[in-house]
Amino acid sequence: MANRAFRRPDMLRPQAVAQTKVTAAPVARTTPLLDASGGEFLDRIFWFAMLACGLAVLGILVLIVYELVLRSGLSWHAFGFKFFVGRDWDPVNEQFAALPFVYGTLVSSLLALTIAVPLAVGVAVFTTEMCPRALRGPLSFFVELLAAIPSVIYGLWAIFVLVPILTRYVDPFLSKTLGWTGLFAGPSFGYSMFAAGIILAIMIIPIISSIAREVLMVVPQHQREAALALGATRWEMIRIGVLRNARAGIMGAIILGLGRALGETMAVTMVIGNRPEIAKSLLAPGYTMASVLANEFSEATGNVYLSALIEIGLALFLVTIVVNALARFLVWTVTRGQPARARA
Amino acid sequence: MMTGVAVFTVLLVLLPLVAIFGYLVYRGVGSINWAFLTQTPKPVGEPGGGMANAIVGSAFILGIASILGVPIGVGAGIYLAEFGRHRFGDAIRFTADVLNGVPSIVIGIVAYSIVVLYQRHFSALAGGVALAIMMIPTITRTTEEMLLLVPQALREASYGLGIPRWRTTLSITLRTATSGVITGIMLAFARVAGETAPLLFTAFGNQYWNLHAEQPTAALPLQIYVYANSPYDDWHRQAWAGSFVLIILIVSAVSAVRFAVRRGTFGAA
Repeated sequence: MANRAFRRPDMLRPQAVAQTKVTAAPVARTTPLLDASGGEFLDRIFWFAMLACGLAVLGILVLIVYELVLRSGLSWHAFGFKFFVGRDWDPVNEQFAALPFVYGTLVSSLLALTIAVPLAVGVAVFTTEMCPRALRGPLSFFVELLAAIPSVIYGLWAIFVLVPILTRYVDPFLSKTLGWTGLFAGPSFGYSMFAAGIILAIMIIPIISSIAREVLMVVPQHQREAALALGATRWEMIRIGVLRNARAGIMGAIILGLGRALGETMAVTMVIGNRPEIAKSLLAPGYTMASVLANEFSEATGNVYLSALIEIGLALFLVTIVVNALARFLVWTVTRGQPARARA
Repeated sequence: MMTGVAVFTVLLVLLPLVAIFGYLVYRGVGSINWAFLTQTPKPVGEPGGGMANAIVGSAFILGIASILGVPIGVGAGIYLAEFGRHRFGDAIRFTADVLNGVPSIVIGIVAYSIVVLYQRHFSALAGGVALAIMMIPTITRTTEEMLLLVPQALREASYGLGIPRWRTTLSITLRTATSGVITGIMLAFARVAGETAPLLFTAFGNQYWNLHAEQPTAALPLQIYVYANSPYDDWHRQAWAGSFVLIILIVSAVSAVRFAVRRGTFGAA
């Protein structure tokens, strides 16, 4: 048995040279090893199909701009530039001006940045420079998870937890201690610009800190070592060796957070109080560009009303585009030196 | 001292975040019940009922969004990775990044004006279009990144066997990067699953069952929003239950992706 298993296969026996026929050429292989039929023609079609998808991305942006410009024309013709400087939002008499909303969007976003930036940068510094290795993974996972929570859930939490805490404890305290500045004066409703700023801050901290972390990790290790070798303490090392090198990138992260805060809709709409007035006090209710769209768009009666709302949308769109482009540019100037993506 | 300050900031940040999660789970678990998952909403103010139609409606709208958005996103990603090494490709890349930052409510307006105004009523299709527009840039960029991770040698080996470019891209490059591309799709999916703003005036919401693409449809985030702003305790309870269901869906999608990535089923990476 064993012998048979190892029997040599039948092989061509050596043949006399004279017997071999020399054919002119071996029969040419007409089909490739693998099926590759229709090569060039299908290649063209494939290229066109993929190009069409790429063009669709450009097309979407063009479509957004086109639709917004086209449908806000009515309001632009009726009010012109006064639209952005007037304070009168009166759907009944068809008088529209957007200043209260622009003001609300800017103030709530800046308030959010004021709260969020120191905290977010602190967290980024902690996770890159001081955090024990074992904590790093879970911490970044948690932050990632927070970025995935829908804004309507932040809003829900804010209505039932944040606003009651503000009305009961924080607002009275602020108006007692800081009331003289005028920023925290007047009665407290809970639903206020201040509440919107806080919930926005909670929402943008994960974004700012995760991008700032990426930027800090790109800072070359020898910068840190050089600072330490010069006798810097750990804090001085972070300030001189790390933060100063990452300035532009951190700025980019902050502006990206700003872009998110400007366009944030649901959570803000649920807590800001929705009153189209400009009040000096942060404890008074306000209104933002995004929330007026959320509240009034589906109920807008009349073409001018709808057109005015779309003009607000157009303004919001333009502002976020500029802010985002600026942020991308700043982050890019920092991370470009690093082979982040292996170019094939 | 400064270390203390840094630790303090981390704790200060974690506090509200833990509070949100903890409160959500606490209220969610206490509020969810069988009726919530199987019944449609009761008339205004009456206790009981559930969000079954909204859960199904959300899945329906997300399905439409995926059918529209995934092929275009993946295709654009393929274009950028395989053919887009030039100025024009950079323009598409930049556009995708810019689109990523457009506020969702603005995308809602666009979906309204290109779908709702022509159909003359709110519809699931309009909601799907809005969410698809939001998915495309994310999918494009992740697909491109994943395809670029596939070693050039694999492509060259395939060309060497005489396999044409389209076949190489689909059965070699894309196949190698499959899990990475799916990761990107899942992340885009998780991101739009909780979107409310673009659905407000596209899908609009509905009290009843609906599986017609051209009719208004209920969606989970919309229902949460409406119930949260209502004056009824029972609706508040249901808003929490709905949030809990939504967050479980999203978190399980995100962690499944993370798990898969960490296990090294990461294509050519």
